[in-house]
Amino acid sequence: MRRKSLFLLVSLLALALVVAGCSTQQAADAPKEDDVIKIGVFEPMTGANAAGGALEVEGAKLANKLYPEVLGKKVELVIVDNKSDKVEAANAAALLVEKEKVAAIIGSWGSSLSMAAGDIVRGRVPAVGASCTNPLVTKGNDWYFRVCFIDPFQGKVMANYAYSKLGARKTAIIQEVSNDYAIGLAKFYTDAFKELTGDDNSIVTVTNYNTGDLDFTAQLTNIKATNPDVIFAPGNFTESALIIKQARSLGITTPFIGGDTFETPEFVEIGGDAVEGAVFSTFFTSEKPITKESEKFLAEYRKEYNKEPAAVTALAYDAYLVILDAIERAGTTDPVALRDAIAQTQGFEGAAGIISLDENGDAVKNAVIKQVKDGQFVYLDTIEPK
Amino acid sequence: MALKLFLQDILDVMTPEMFLQHLTNGISLGSLYALVAIGYTMVYGILRLINFAHGDIFMMATYFTFYSIVMFSIPWYVTFILVIIMTGALGMVVEASAYRPLRDAPRISILISAIGASFLLENLAIVIFGGRPKAFPAPELFTKVFMVGSVSVQRLTIIIPVVAVVLLFALLYLINNTKSGMAMRAVSKDHETARLMGVDIDRTISLTFGIGSMLAAVGGMMWGLKFPQIAPLMGVIPGLKCFIAAVVGGIGNIKGAVIGGFILGIGEIMLVALLPSLTGYRDAFAFILLIMILLFKPTGIMGEKITEKV
Repeated sequence: MRRKSLFLLVSLLALALVVAGCSTQQAADAPKEDDVIKIGVFEPMTGANAAGGALEVEGAKLANKLYPEVLGKKVELVIVDNKSDKVEAANAAALLVEKEKVAAIIGSWGSSLSMAAGDIVRGRVPAVGASCTNPLVTKGNDWYFRVCFIDPFQGKVMANYAYSKLGARKTAIIQEVSNDYAIGLAKFYTDAFKELTGDDNSIVTVTNYNTGDLDFTAQLTNIKATNPDVIFAPGNFTESALIIKQARSLGITTPFIGGDTFETPEFVEIGGDAVEGAVFSTFFTSEKPITKESEKFLAEYRKEYNKEPAAVTALAYDAYLVILDAIERAGTTDPVALRDAIAQTQGFEGAAGIISLDENGDAVKNAVIKQVKDGQFVYLDTIEPK
Repeated sequence: MALKLFLQDILDVMTPEMFLQHLTNGISLGSLYALVAIGYTMVYGILRLINFAHGDIFMMATYFTFYSIVMFSIPWYVTFILVIIMTGALGMVVEASAYRPLRDAPRISILISAIGASFLLENLAIVIFGGRPKAFPAPELFTKVFMVGSVSVQRLTIIIPVVAVVLLFALLYLINNTKSGMAMRAVSKDHETARLMGVDIDRTISLTFGIGSMLAAVGGMMWGLKFPQIAPLMGVIPGLKCFIAAVVGGIGNIKGAVIGGFILGIGEIMLVALLPSLTGYRDAFAFILLIMILLFKPTGIMGEKITEKV
């Protein structure tokens, strides 16, 4: 009996070690507390959103490498994995706030995950999201900011594209129902598209799926029967790629459009030929550098990673710079002073454009439209906010 | 009443072609569930152990396939055989390290050990393969689409049920007509007596796990061909769903697992097809089905009588 309980204990310990080992990664050996300013990076490193999280971590790491100091102190990144899960996200944020005592937090990829951290950072640590676009992330929370535009604008951009560029008058929507980002984007698209067409029935069907679903053939067969001009599919990149793949094998030739989540290498790898021609809105293109910082970012990124950067990587880079700039202006890492300094960010030249935060803490900036062509993301158009 | 009206709306729109397409989709998904459920139920039938690591062994098989084809450029037909052998070996290793030391322990300890083995495999996969999903290399041979009337059918939709049925009969033959099969049946009835009769228990149980894992490997590869995206936690939901399919069919009964798989797959697709507003409850459907079966016919559709085994 003793041997057995020992065996159980050892296997449990081994398990705990493995689990703990992958949830926290310290960027460097910590020097003395006083000489270091810690910035938390709160991203999905495993699970359904892991590819998006990895892209943002690259951006934050590059920024940290290029700008390693502020106020004469070393800046250290503390990266935690929120596991693409709302409950884990709250735990990960609490770890950063309570145990690591970070000065500020970057992230997360995925609006739902960011919102899960909202109540934890409120009143304690300011957070700057990179690519979380749902309005509710910052609305009513003075402690959450972001360096990207928000979904009402993104939904409008895609509705405009479908209406004027594709000549679409009927849209079918397939949305990830458990994802705040997808629901929000679908709603804003619907509002804008109905206004453009002046037809309340222009959205011919709205159908749902869950995060992690693999089979979408039933929804797609129903969509096929409604014969839409375009299919709007806001949701996570892996599910979206599978949806488009299955649609093509069901003989649906309708064009697919979506949001910024499409811009991950996995979308093209998993989707293959099926996702050719898919169009989506995003934040930034490496084909048109906007500021001096963009050029520096592009050059350094290509040198470091030997590939073209994704928009979210540039945004995570910007989130780091905005925090650093605010710490410099505030002259301290006191949470309230730092929060106020971030809120005052105006005309800041980041890699993905000029950042001016509005009263909600959201950046107001251009959207870029891209398309999948020969397995690459190709720039189509830039849309300015009105 | 409201539901009836609602259904009426759907049925007005639903053409016979659409219905056939939905049915084809359902059969395709159901046969996949059936394939994985066979392995689950076989191990249970012989050892009375729910092998919670089954879904994770299934996941490992898809990664083996991925690395074999993508990294080592081994042709798919060689890969398929290699992966089946490797996964069988993995199953035997899991059995030897997590279950054999607990052979005489109460059943609950083995169950907990199974859950531990499942977590260990999942986290190992995250550490070794990384958390980001990978694209499963699917040869076009399997994924090509052809049309029957206006219904699109993927070749896989034909291949998977055929594979499931062939494996079903192969397995029935193995258990009923071979010496190893006889040993398995003896072990399933009574460990001690079987041992006294000269059956090598460890070898038989190891073989059972090996075959169960090989079935998981075939299921995993078919799954990857149909849903070409693999991730370390991909085995969790299929594991649960196929467990449900096995229980619905009568856990321990191999033919029942196939029937349970089809009921679950077709039921899920029809739920989404006929009641689109309930799409979000698709997984709930599977679990409600499980609860209903446990409440009203705990032995499942093809289940054996409980008395025999105690």
